[in-house]
Amino acid sequence: MSDAATLLAPPRRRRAGQGARLKAAGYGLLGIIALAVASELYKWLGPADGLLIGDVRVLPRTSDLAMPHIWDMVGRLFEPVTRAEGARVLWLEIVIAAGLTLGIAAVGWVVGVVVGIGLALIMQRWILAESALLPWIVLSQTVPLIAFAPLVKSWGSRIEIGAFEWQDWMSVAVIASYLAFFPVAVGALKGLQAPDRIHRELLHTYSARWWPTMVHLRLPAAVPFLLPALRLAAANAVVGAVVAEVSTGLQGGIGRLVIQYAGQASGDPAKAWAPIFGAIALGLIAAGSVALLGLLVKDYRRTEGEA
Amino acid sequence: MSAAVVVRGVDKIFDTKSGHVTALSAVDLDVAPGEFVSLIGPSGCGKSTLMRLIADLETPTAGTVEVFGTSAHQARVDQRYGIAFQQAGLLPWRTVSANIALPLELSGMARAEVRQRVDELIALVGLGDFGDRFPDQLSGGMQQRVAIARALAKKPQLLLMDEPFGALDEMTREYMQTELLRIAAETGAAVVFVTHSIPEAVYLSDRVVVMSPRPGRIAEVVPMSLGSTGSRADDLREDASFFEMITAVREALHGGTHATAPRGVENR
Repeated sequence: MSDAATLLAPPRRRRAGQGARLKAAGYGLLGIIALAVASELYKWLGPADGLLIGDVRVLPRTSDLAMPHIWDMVGRLFEPVTRAEGARVLWLEIVIAAGLTLGIAAVGWVVGVVVGIGLALIMQRWILAESALLPWIVLSQTVPLIAFAPLVKSWGSRIEIGAFEWQDWMSVAVIASYLAFFPVAVGALKGLQAPDRIHRELLHTYSARWWPTMVHLRLPAAVPFLLPALRLAAANAVVGAVVAEVSTGLQGGIGRLVIQYAGQASGDPAKAWAPIFGAIALGLIAAGSVALLGLLVKDYRRTEGEA
Repeated sequence: MSAAVVVRGVDKIFDTKSGHVTALSAVDLDVAPGEFVSLIGPSGCGKSTLMRLIADLETPTAGTVEVFGTSAHQARVDQRYGIAFQQAGLLPWRTVSANIALPLELSGMARAEVRQRVDELIALVGLGDFGDRFPDQLSGGMQQRVAIARALAKKPQLLLMDEPFGALDEMTREYMQTELLRIAAETGAAVVFVTHSIPEAVYLSDRVVVMSPRPGRIAEVVPMSLGSTGSRADDLREDASFFEMITAVREALHGGTHATAPRGVENR
């Protein structure tokens, strides 16, 4: 629920200059390097069989099988997927799979955003709807996805309307949207309820009804709350898509590759890391795209300033 | 021509957790067209509540409020008044022009007409080149000018103002007072002005309505014999007649029984 906690905090206006942004990027890079160095140091200094207390292994083995070198993981990306003749280079295989997953996650994100904002509008309009819906919205996120995914797939496979036939990827998109709608619903509701009394009364003196008040006051005021919610939704959609690919057994996506290559780890330990890198890159691309969206609406992130 | 505001026998009782609070009791008030009336009194005397009743932001528990011969509710629906609060209350994502245009857009005015009216209003409040600025790029005084321009957008014949200069520094405040008198004279609008400040009330008003708390009621109405409000200028602030009027309002506020100034009223 820490996601919701960040959402509920009032948005602050950031005045990051070019220099501050470069510095942030530098720290980010430094963090990755520090992680790589720490991993290699442990692999170098740690006991070969890890550390056992009783029967519990509290530190992992440092063998090449359990913990390949960072450079082996990266190097593996530039070798062919298999030894078969004409096999693709591994990074390309990952990019193609990630592309498919990104597309499905994007569909899930759009559906999730539409549903989330729709729910927020309904909850803002009728206070009764808020009391009735909000607990269920929170509860919906406690349903384990692994249990839920095969159900969606089996329901979907029964849908056939005229020429339209339910595809397996649609089940994955639905599950991605199931994770994506939550932060949007909570964040949008918070944002729609954000306007001050003075602004609400002003619109009241203009005899503005619900919808004009929504368009001219509540929706613009919700933007600073919506942007972080949309970013969380993007990350959630990617996680949802990857997990749903695994549990519905959809072929061709990054989730499938994670499982498939993990199964080959005893013979090719570095290969298992490639789809993991791919999934991380996916999440970054998804969240970054939403950040670009934020640039389009930057005027809505202004505050009133001190009088 | 009917009176701008007629308040008759108005009571306002708020239901709070700790019981009923009588905010206003047996209040009568008339405001003539084009007249400038200030409401002054200590905190809790109900002056803001009275203004909010005229604006139909609250409804009276008893009595009637009429604005230009119709009910306060109908007057709000017809947008017969413009309103300004202590905070400018501008929408931060809209430019100065777009903020002033908001009430016009909401009433469905054509785009070209809106632009023309906004230009007039920007000139009226002296904001010249600032139309494209955003509120966070303006000083408090300039934000308040935008709020006044917005209140005047639909050419109302009544302006309701709840301590609009309360958050400004003294210099800006005096300047804005003179500007407000000029604007009120140019538009011919009646003004109901809520304030804490005796000199502000005296300088601006044709009549000062002095209120007292617990329960909120009108203690005295003091006419200002200082000439027409449109002709007043800053030199009035140093005139003997100005100080006489300040004394008259202060004595009305003390109401004979209190030796010291009531809390919440500024004497500066």
